[in-house]
Amino acid sequence: MAAQVLVLGGGVGGTMCANVIAKRSGGRAHVTVVDATGIHVFQPGFLYVAVGQERPSALQRSEASLLRHDVRLVVDRARKVDPAAKRVILASGRTLPYDELVIATGSRTVMDEVPGARSAHDFYTMAGAVQLFKALEAFDGGMIVIGVAGIPYKCPPAPVEFAFLLDDYLRARGIRNKTEVKLLSPLNRAFTIEATSKLVQPILAERGIELTSFFNVESVDPMAKTVTSLEGETVSYDLLVLVPPHRGQKVIEDSGLGDERGWITVDKNTLKHEKFPDIWAIGDATSIPISKSGSVAHYEASVVADEIVAAIRGEAAPTHVYDGKVMCFLETGQGQATTIRFDYTHPPVSPRPARIWHWGKAVFNKTYWHTVPQGRLP
Amino acid sequence: MFAMQIDKTIDARGMACPGPLMNLIGAIRQGQVGQVFEVLSSDEGSKTDIPAWVAKAKHELVEVVQDHGYTHFVVRKAR
Repeated sequence: MAAQVLVLGGGVGGTMCANVIAKRSGGRAHVTVVDATGIHVFQPGFLYVAVGQERPSALQRSEASLLRHDVRLVVDRARKVDPAAKRVILASGRTLPYDELVIATGSRTVMDEVPGARSAHDFYTMAGAVQLFKALEAFDGGMIVIGVAGIPYKCPPAPVEFAFLLDDYLRARGIRNKTEVKLLSPLNRAFTIEATSKLVQPILAERGIELTSFFNVESVDPMAKTVTSLEGETVSYDLLVLVPPHRGQKVIEDSGLGDERGWITVDKNTLKHEKFPDIWAIGDATSIPISKSGSVAHYEASVVADEIVAAIRGEAAPTHVYDGKVMCFLETGQGQATTIRFDYTHPPVSPRPARIWHWGKAVFNKTYWHTVPQGRLP
Repeated sequence: MFAMQIDKTIDARGMACPGPLMNLIGAIRQGQVGQVFEVLSSDEGSKTDIPAWVAKAKHELVEVVQDHGYTHFVVRKAR
């Protein structure tokens, strides 16, 4: 009898993992994806929507169109995982049994955790990115402040990239000389990775983007238009853009599968749950100390698919495991970008910003629909 | 070992920078004034990052002790 493989979440990791398992299992698995909306969203594009370089409609496709014909899609929300009975209860009340479960439910943003922060703009949801662009179009000069309201957050380079793309946008509109741009970093450098920070900090300075370090946003006063840090500093703004705090999905918290923030506790190499050997987790949903990004979900999906196919076939677990591989692009504005590559044992390296990386990112983003979800990119 | 009472230990050994510092910031954010936090970090960057952040945030760096392959930091939430 074919094994029941259930995948929760139709994002980058869940979609790719489901397709690869269905393909490699040779008919020995019935693969089902449960997704709350049935719409696959290319989240790295939110950044471009926020500065008017991308249309929201270009970032969404039906999940069914990205799944193989032999993968079943259930549009519903997972409400609870019952590992003892090996089943998942959905919001509709329906119950789905599993032999192997992959959780790829991503993260959620919780701006309300920071007092006053709901008044700030963000580009971490489609609606937020659309609103932010509207606010920028109405903006005619003043102080724009970009801050981080909680770590970990998706795509660590995003606030720096936004600062550079914002600088381009303001110059194109001819209002850069009437606008100050301030980037508040929670660390003592531009962002998490030291080597890449050293590369981008001089470019921030050259573009007149002021970097304030060790500023962990604690509260916002929308009436006074000020933002205050945990470290005790207060900064005034005319337009505030915040990276919202993130946490795991409620279903993880309700099912007791994660830590106090709802991040699923898995082995950082096998991605197998620390308590339940038939549950795996990939992408933003895990607690492993690695970037929350599509790139990580992509590499992890391949590892988990191989492990599950081996388990179904009754073969020994594959020797290759997830080694912490990350590869992402970082826009530095003015048509240039750099890349960041590292894994658990190799520190990050970034080449000098160049046009080729900007075009590399653009080509990747446009061809994504035909490559990553199907598992065509290793 | 330390004579004082530790309210929370953050074992961040094996975590790359800035994980140990971010875990400390998270713990201090949730904690009460006067509580004492211990961070164990094997990351070299922590040796400069943690004391620099504690000074900027005006908390108290009570102790830094080098052990085999890692460093103990003891921090009191001062405000």
